[in-house]
Amino acid sequence: MNSTLGYGLVLTGLLCSAFAAVVGIVTGLMRKESALPMVQKAVYGFAASMIGSNLVMVYALLSHDFSVKYVAQVGSRSTPVIFTIVSLWSALEGSILFWGAIMGAYLFAFAWMYRKEHGRYMQLSLGVMAAVATFFAFLIAGPANPWTHIANPLADGPGPNPLLQNHPLMIIHPPMLYLGYVGMTIPFGIAAGALLRGELGDAWLVPLRKWTLVPWTFLTVGIILGSWWAYAVLGWGGYWAWDPVENASFMPWLTATAFMHSTMVLEKKKSLKLWTIALALASFVLTIIGTFMTRSGVFNSVHAFTQSDIGPTFLVFIGILLVFSVLLIALRGHMLVAESQLGTIASREGSILLNNLVFAALTFVVLLGTLYPLITEGLFHKKITVGEPYFNQMALPLSLVMLFLMGVGPMLPWGQADPKVTQRQALIPGGVGLAIVAVCYAFGYRGVMPLTAFGFAGFVTVVTLRELFLPAQQRMSEQKESLATAIFVSASRANRRFGGYVVHLGIVIVMVAVAASSAYKVHTTGTLKTGEAMQVGSYKVRFDGLERGKEPHREWIAANLTIITESGAEKQYRGADAPRMNFYERSTDPVGSPTVSERIVSDVYVSLLSYDANGGSASFNMWVFPLVGWIWYAIPILVLGALISLWPQRKKAAAPAPVAAAEAVPGAP
Amino acid sequence: MKPETRNRLIAVGAILVAGAALAWIAFGNIGDNLVYYWKPSEMVAQGEKAYGATVRLGGVVVPGSVVWNPEHTSLSFQVADTHAPTAVRVTVKSEQTPPQMFREGIGVVVEGSFQSDQVFRTNRLMVNHSNEYRAPTDGGMPDDVMKSLSQADPQKT
Repeated sequence: MNSTLGYGLVLTGLLCSAFAAVVGIVTGLMRKESALPMVQKAVYGFAASMIGSNLVMVYALLSHDFSVKYVAQVGSRSTPVIFTIVSLWSALEGSILFWGAIMGAYLFAFAWMYRKEHGRYMQLSLGVMAAVATFFAFLIAGPANPWTHIANPLADGPGPNPLLQNHPLMIIHPPMLYLGYVGMTIPFGIAAGALLRGELGDAWLVPLRKWTLVPWTFLTVGIILGSWWAYAVLGWGGYWAWDPVENASFMPWLTATAFMHSTMVLEKKKSLKLWTIALALASFVLTIIGTFMTRSGVFNSVHAFTQSDIGPTFLVFIGILLVFSVLLIALRGHMLVAESQLGTIASREGSILLNNLVFAALTFVVLLGTLYPLITEGLFHKKITVGEPYFNQMALPLSLVMLFLMGVGPMLPWGQADPKVTQRQALIPGGVGLAIVAVCYAFGYRGVMPLTAFGFAGFVTVVTLRELFLPAQQRMSEQKESLATAIFVSASRANRRFGGYVVHLGIVIVMVAVAASSAYKVHTTGTLKTGEAMQVGSYKVRFDGLERGKEPHREWIAANLTIITESGAEKQYRGADAPRMNFYERSTDPVGSPTVSERIVSDVYVSLLSYDANGGSASFNMWVFPLVGWIWYAIPILVLGALISLWPQRKKAAAPAPVAAAEAVPGAP
Repeated sequence: MKPETRNRLIAVGAILVAGAALAWIAFGNIGDNLVYYWKPSEMVAQGEKAYGATVRLGGVVVPGSVVWNPEHTSLSFQVADTHAPTAVRVTVKSEQTPPQMFREGIGVVVEGSFQSDQVFRTNRLMVNHSNEYRAPTDGGMPDDVMKSLSQADPQKT
């Protein structure tokens, strides 16, 4: 029953999206705009059926309908309700179904927002987006069908993967990442539609930018939450290992971030057009390559294709996308000729150009390191991986350059910088940066990379704060406004710029936290008897004995701890809060979960390696990570900045054409 | 030549040089940081070439070979090919506490390097779980490694 209904809805969605794609693209190319309502309705139909199919799946999961293949695969009567719902995206088929729902929601939101006021490219854009949706609907209907009916269902299932039941972050992290990935379809559609239509104006640039910023925000949050999950759940004492899954989400983030900067040059200087559009297309193609890498099992082995049904389908799709993108740029590139020359490098646009080159270089480095094992295995049948040091050695210097440019860029004016003015402006921020380095050095912190990062961070922070509050300060002295009013007015007058700088501050916090936690972490390992303690950094950790516990879906053995600070303050971790080994009913091996004692300045991180129930001893891995929590505490700042940027200028700001030109102005200092 | 054209040429040239330099550094760096995935028999077959390279050695723990000294946290055991447990044996030494799952006869992957004294020294010991999803943890084992192990071992799914 559920299978039939769910699968029926998937097929309806597939039909709707295929119809929207064909009609949208064909009539769009023929310039018959009268067909648009038909395309819009088909898009709504796709959205409704995909979301409907997901709701049926949630119902099937909650009612433990083991006649549905996917439920039989991930469902279990002993799993708590919340994790039952979450298991919608805990395995391949379900996650692609969920993908379809998000695609539906995005397409609906886009089509609905621009249902009245839109450019002539709308039909083609919707058509291109629907074509992408058709691919995913096809995957769900065919190679990754979760709805297969099982004639003789079992009474119970294995439950979702234990690692995914271990932490509440798993509830929020995947949807965020999917919202980031899937959302890149929209800017891709806008750019492809406008280019196909031959739209020469700049009207579509505003929706393009806004609809890139939306998935960018989700992607940012998703990546950070993912690293937090890895840190809090996996217990290996880190948050980022440059593994293919992480790299897959990082690459589109890099290109989308580069896009967000180069689009300013495009709007302001009518230059870097081709490059900016290429970045928008690349961001989307990279999300699809990322999905392919994480979902097809290609990273088990190149030869695992025979085992995974979606791999070849994905490869064909990636091929089509690449050919389409290259053709689009080759055939329509002449429309994207720069209308002005870029000035010197010592200008706002010059610094943005440099920033883009660094982003491109970083993307290349990550892509090379990620694909290298695939290439060598495919060509030479050698099994290798690329070690983390490669990524760290390459990415670190590039990131430092990026951090530095975050301070230089906002200081320089558009056009041509006056060296004297620039020197004067750089005096205070540069001084603060140097002072920070001196203070850190005086307190015994060493290392070129972290100290450079802290110095640059201070420099960037001062520059950014000045850019944020200078307009408000001027208003206060000229208009005699109160501080709050002045900040509010100046922020809302130039919300895009203001929001961008708030995001910069968030990024600075993340970079400082990454630098401090990787350069100054302390690691020890050892075996303790009950009552014994060991030193990790400035903390003492005492082992207070083993404790057993039972929950509906798992049993555990915990090593009770007391963490003692230098000043003697004690904090106890007992039972479910202590580092544990979890035993899940249908999984033979234990899954460890660490204890993270979060503090403002540093985390104490303890994971249980092994225990001896008879001897009453346990072995631990312990770390102290300075400032690491600030990576995740920066999320609200990043989101706030993005929201300020996205906030509509006026009620009418959603309309593309006339407001677009006016809106580009606040980008200027 | 117009100054505009000249500027453009200079810019393109600079970007090309920078790109080539980046590619040169990246490829060089990648070559220095490769991690080879070998079975004991494959590693020994490399002869002297295997000495010093970073290797992920995958196989089974030979029964009766484990010597664990908790006082000095020193661990020593032998690893053999999963499907040919008697052919080639490599002695592995570690100075870390083994994870809970570690026992004789279990599939392991150790990351470290083989030295001319015929001892493989490791600082990372990973045990073959039998769950479906594998994350890069000290207790678990990366997907790629896992796959080849489980293919060789019919007992694991």
